[in-house]
Amino acid sequence: MTTDPGLLLQVSGLRKTYPSGGATVVAVDDLSFSLRPGGALGIVGESGSGKTTTARMLVGLERPDQGEILVQGTPLAARVRGRTARLARAKAVQIVFQDPYLSLDGRISIGDTLDGVLRLHGSPSGADRAARVRELLAQVGLGDREAAALPRQLSGGQRQRAAIARALAVEPAVLVLDEAVSALDVSVQAQVLNLLSDIRRDTGIGLVFVSHDLAVVRYVCDEALVMYRGRTVEHQPVTDLLSMPQHPYTRLLLASVPRPDWDPEAIGEQRRDLVAADALVP
Amino acid sequence: MPILEYEALEVALPGMARPILDGVSLSVAEGEAVALVGESGSGKSVTARAALGLLPAGARVGGQVRVGGAELIGADADTVRAVRTGKASMIFQDPRAGINPVRRVGDFLTEQLRLVGGRSKAEAEARVLELLGAVGLPDPPRHLRQYPHQMSGGMLQRVMIAGALTADPRLLLCDEPTTALDVTTQAEIMAILRRLQREKGLGLLLITHDLDLAAATCDRIYVMYAGRIVETGTAAELLAAPRHPYTAGLLGSSPPLHGELTRLVPIPGSPMSLAQSAPGCAFFDRCHFAQPGRCDQAAPPLAPLGAGMVACHRVDELANSAAQEIR
Repeated sequence: MTTDPGLLLQVSGLRKTYPSGGATVVAVDDLSFSLRPGGALGIVGESGSGKTTTARMLVGLERPDQGEILVQGTPLAARVRGRTARLARAKAVQIVFQDPYLSLDGRISIGDTLDGVLRLHGSPSGADRAARVRELLAQVGLGDREAAALPRQLSGGQRQRAAIARALAVEPAVLVLDEAVSALDVSVQAQVLNLLSDIRRDTGIGLVFVSHDLAVVRYVCDEALVMYRGRTVEHQPVTDLLSMPQHPYTRLLLASVPRPDWDPEAIGEQRRDLVAADALVP
Repeated sequence: MPILEYEALEVALPGMARPILDGVSLSVAEGEAVALVGESGSGKSVTARAALGLLPAGARVGGQVRVGGAELIGADADTVRAVRTGKASMIFQDPRAGINPVRRVGDFLTEQLRLVGGRSKAEAEARVLELLGAVGLPDPPRHLRQYPHQMSGGMLQRVMIAGALTADPRLLLCDEPTTALDVTTQAEIMAILRRLQREKGLGLLLITHDLDLAAATCDRIYVMYAGRIVETGTAAELLAAPRHPYTAGLLGSSPPLHGELTRLVPIPGSPMSLAQSAPGCAFFDRCHFAQPGRCDQAAPPLAPLGAGMVACHRVDELANSAAQEIR
């Protein structure tokens, strides 16, 4: 792969397998994409598509069997040993999960969580940190009251904003969001979606947005990559993907979105035909 | 005649600031698909469960719930059992939560037919094979011998639908039946439910948070907020011309898949919890059109408007303009 330090993220030939019984399950196979500064890529797929495994490899929670992940031209180390390497990894890529409790400590207030992240990443003065905590919270629409609260004292939407603020505190090059708005109520989801587009506009951070929801991907991203059973079936600008889907699986996904003239019977038939003809696996 | 009828159902827990359900009236006719749409904590699941006589322990309950003419509120155990075993069945969001993981699918499905229906093992199995075929499972005899963990979520949800049908109900209560499933699987499950509703003339009550799914699959929609019905109408009308600011706000909050892409207009704040109450309209704090001194004084009644009903003090002023502009 040619290294282009102008790119935030370069992923090439990524493969991950898991042993399952006596067999091997290929979770992700030959995945390649790149991300410009300020770019946003949506990774779309259903359960078993490999989208969450991909997200976990990008932050180093899973080690790829093959392939390479470069962040700003530097390979993401396969093994992280020692404090310096760990902090560098954290600065490269951060993640927001569907369940914010996975990245927030239930016993520590939101403000203290952010303060801890800043201290770890070398902000020595308490006054500086306090100002930065306020700034980070303001960026996600939270205030002093939320800073003093424990995670469980916040609403679901506020908790997810706090998880986003925690990820942003590190000032990562790339932010991975794994179904980060899926568990939120529609009215609250819209608040977080607007927040993500503002962050993109204001910071030039790169977003990898993993989701099953094509409409949400359209709102946040400019490119989308559709995965099916570990393989990339289509990768296009979102506008083209929605108006001129090339792969039958993408067309099936689009047809499956409920709308007034929806015909679920026909979608079921279409899916069975595609599976029978083995037309879905590229 | 409606198969399901709620009249001013009220459910309140002691120590909570507001009732879980506050005067819910709703009806489902035989052969009709009706959706009850709301966000988390709106009371939609409590409403659905009340149709099986399942109410929160220790709750103060008022109003009426009738299934096929049988009154459930204050009913004796025999009446409730008759409804659960013969008139109404429920399908839940997570099929794995409702099936014993260490017993075979066939044992689960034949249990009710043998214990309640008094059928022999062979008769029960024959009936279950027929039902598994009806919900589109490819190999019914094999599925009978399978354990739940050997099936995907979509297949298991079909098993649960087959299980719901063993009682030959006239009413299917579906509580977020596709929320845990993939979108392509969702379409197949909804196709099965709609076919059952049409071909067998079942009443269908779909509980969902997804207004688009409700509109795509149901004839009529009730929108619920903080324990009250705030708007009801035909699916087509409600989607094209929402009259309540909350309904309009829900539609304005979901990004469109096609067409022009403008910045979303979220509903500010978050849904009202049971620890909160309001003397006036429960949506007051989040409403773009709230008028202090009017909307925060008394709860707006659900009043007829066109073919539907809306509970909003300002509905006449907003009817043709502002509420729809948010979309």
